[in-house]
Amino acid sequence: MATALSRQLARAERGYSTRETLQGYALVLPALILLVAFTHWPAIATLIDSLYSTPRGSRPPVFVGADNYLAVFDDPVFWQALVNNAIYAVATIPASIVLALAMALAVNTAIPGRALLRMAYFTPTMLPMIAVANIWLFFFTPDYGLFDQLLAPFGFGRHNWLGDASTALPAMIVVAVWKESGFFMIFYLAALQAMPPDLKEAAALEGSSRVNFFRRVTLPLLMPTTLFVLVNAVINAFRVIDHIVVMTRGGPDNATTLLLYYIYETGFRFWDTATAATLTVILLALLGTVAAVQFGVLARRVHYR
Amino acid sequence: MIRRRTLLAALPATLAAPAILRAQSVSKLSFYFPIAVGGPIPAIIDGYCRDFQKESGIEVAPVYAGNYGETLTKAVTAIRSGQGPHLAILLAAEMHSLQDMDILVSIDEIGLDTKGTSWIEGFFPAFLANSRVNGKIWSVPFQRSTAIQYYNKAAFADAGLDPEVYPKTWAELAHAAEKLTKRDASGRVTRWGIKLASDLGNAQWTFGALAYQAGQVLMNEAGNEVRFDNPKAIEAMSFWRSLAFDDKATPEGISAWPQLSPDFLEGNAAIIQHTTGNLTNVRDKATFPFGVAGLPGKEGPRTVVGGGNLYFFKQANPAERQAALRFAQFLSTPARAADWCMKTGYIATRPDAWETAELTAYVDKYPLAGVAKQFLPVATGELSTFENQRIQKVLTDQIQACLNGAKTPAKAMADAQAEADRVLKPFKRA
Repeated sequence: MATALSRQLARAERGYSTRETLQGYALVLPALILLVAFTHWPAIATLIDSLYSTPRGSRPPVFVGADNYLAVFDDPVFWQALVNNAIYAVATIPASIVLALAMALAVNTAIPGRALLRMAYFTPTMLPMIAVANIWLFFFTPDYGLFDQLLAPFGFGRHNWLGDASTALPAMIVVAVWKESGFFMIFYLAALQAMPPDLKEAAALEGSSRVNFFRRVTLPLLMPTTLFVLVNAVINAFRVIDHIVVMTRGGPDNATTLLLYYIYETGFRFWDTATAATLTVILLALLGTVAAVQFGVLARRVHYR
Repeated sequence: MIRRRTLLAALPATLAAPAILRAQSVSKLSFYFPIAVGGPIPAIIDGYCRDFQKESGIEVAPVYAGNYGETLTKAVTAIRSGQGPHLAILLAAEMHSLQDMDILVSIDEIGLDTKGTSWIEGFFPAFLANSRVNGKIWSVPFQRSTAIQYYNKAAFADAGLDPEVYPKTWAELAHAAEKLTKRDASGRVTRWGIKLASDLGNAQWTFGALAYQAGQVLMNEAGNEVRFDNPKAIEAMSFWRSLAFDDKATPEGISAWPQLSPDFLEGNAAIIQHTTGNLTNVRDKATFPFGVAGLPGKEGPRTVVGGGNLYFFKQANPAERQAALRFAQFLSTPARAADWCMKTGYIATRPDAWETAELTAYVDKYPLAGVAKQFLPVATGELSTFENQRIQKVLTDQIQACLNGAKTPAKAMADAQAEADRVLKPFKRA
């Protein structure tokens, strides 16, 4: 590191690459401006806001230090939102990835009506989440909703799927998995299509079983895709809350309150902007840590061709 | 931030100078409104705006902005970004919160002549209750309602009850609801006796009525104190819970407001407690005879008022404020208030509207339309405090916990009180 720097300095002294450096900066400048204006500056402004009290009417904000953070850590709803979000993430991420892989493998084989099946799997992704949520709202309606009608002949009684604290969050998870796995399937399908057929032929010559081939060849080759999908799935687990807004509004009794929904509620319903900023900083830190772990630890195990 | 504020503060000053010139030149007002009931509300509002333009030359652009909570969010967000509506219909109960945000302009400040003053005095006093703060009037009653019960007379007859006798006390309601609940051979409920809204944004309204039925108003007049853990409020919560857990006459868990009228119209719920604003919608769509009445109370009928008022925003320039006030006056002329009442079921906000020939004839034809007005004397104001949205949420969370069976009524109300006290603490010192 040190030697590289001194070499660079030496070169700079000779005036060797000053123009090139400037040119380089000029080339990244447009991207840099956008990144700073829409990503870095808001993040820093949020951090600063989280250290001040909420301005209200005639009362301007005052510096309160860590008070907002202490108040948030004292808030039972925050902890519940965090736990809910953890459950939501742990349930949706593996489920949607496994389902996506299974669907991709299914539509990658030569079966009649393949195009139709691919489209069917992808349809949920094309629908806006708001529309999806409204459709599922009907599915979950007690008594005459789809699920209650389907279950009724088997002797199951009425379910208040969204109104019951024990089933509301699982219901949200089902909607998210249904919506997301089709999207992830596309990536797996692309990766499977790009896989050279000679590998399969070679494996067949060697007498490898299909299970063995999948475990030893297909799966490792899909790892870059899996990492990409995983990163997206994690982000979505914290980012997509449209269905919560439409279907439960975080209820009953905060059973489906996820972190981002709680931020929205605090910021735009209660107008407690300082607390909302504090929660945002916590969410940022959380996502930053997860991303660091993903790229730092997992990326090393991923085999790139 | 500070610089932007000074800039904003300077803006009205520069605009005020040519105000007289601008008085004629206001050509467009932006107007946010919510919809809380079924029926063709946007078409009615559009019609009023067109009529106003014909009369005044001022174009009013109505923006449908969701339910009450969403409309509030959108209006405040837009105002904070400097380009909000000039006027909006928001919950009458948001008075204290909006005051605290310092975004309203009072009617006194816009300016009322003697004719204007007598116009203001022409509203039902119950509907002006949420408008007066600090000796000024901050909003104009518009889509006002009370909670009433809609009951399915066919279901009453089916259950062996007298269809002409509606429940007037809690005991009668529990008895009727239990009998009205119908199950099929497998024990599945095919018709609930009663449904009450317990979702966010509505649970506090339902509960406000129940608490008043037990003899308890949920907040003080200053809006900085709530009385959730009062024994009478706990009694109200216990009654609500017992309808689900003891009488098995209403679903456990949450029942959502938007689901209530479809449930009633489909015959899935024999009684619903809903707004009068839904009356015309239900009348148009019901395929069975139904009745409406004030809500039952512990001893006798008691109910709660609700609905939205017209608010005027500070950021408008003087000419726009004048135009907005003129639009509010236009909406509440006796003829138009009567028309709004007939088309929706919301209660015409002024006694003189009830004296118009149209509304008198209408009530003669459909006596149901006059029912809600009769119950105005036994109605209290709805929950209205500082940090109103947050207090609503606090109360609703605990009501939901109780209706889910997770907490006893006493525990739920004690928790609601503790959290509400914490939220309202800064406003008690003021």
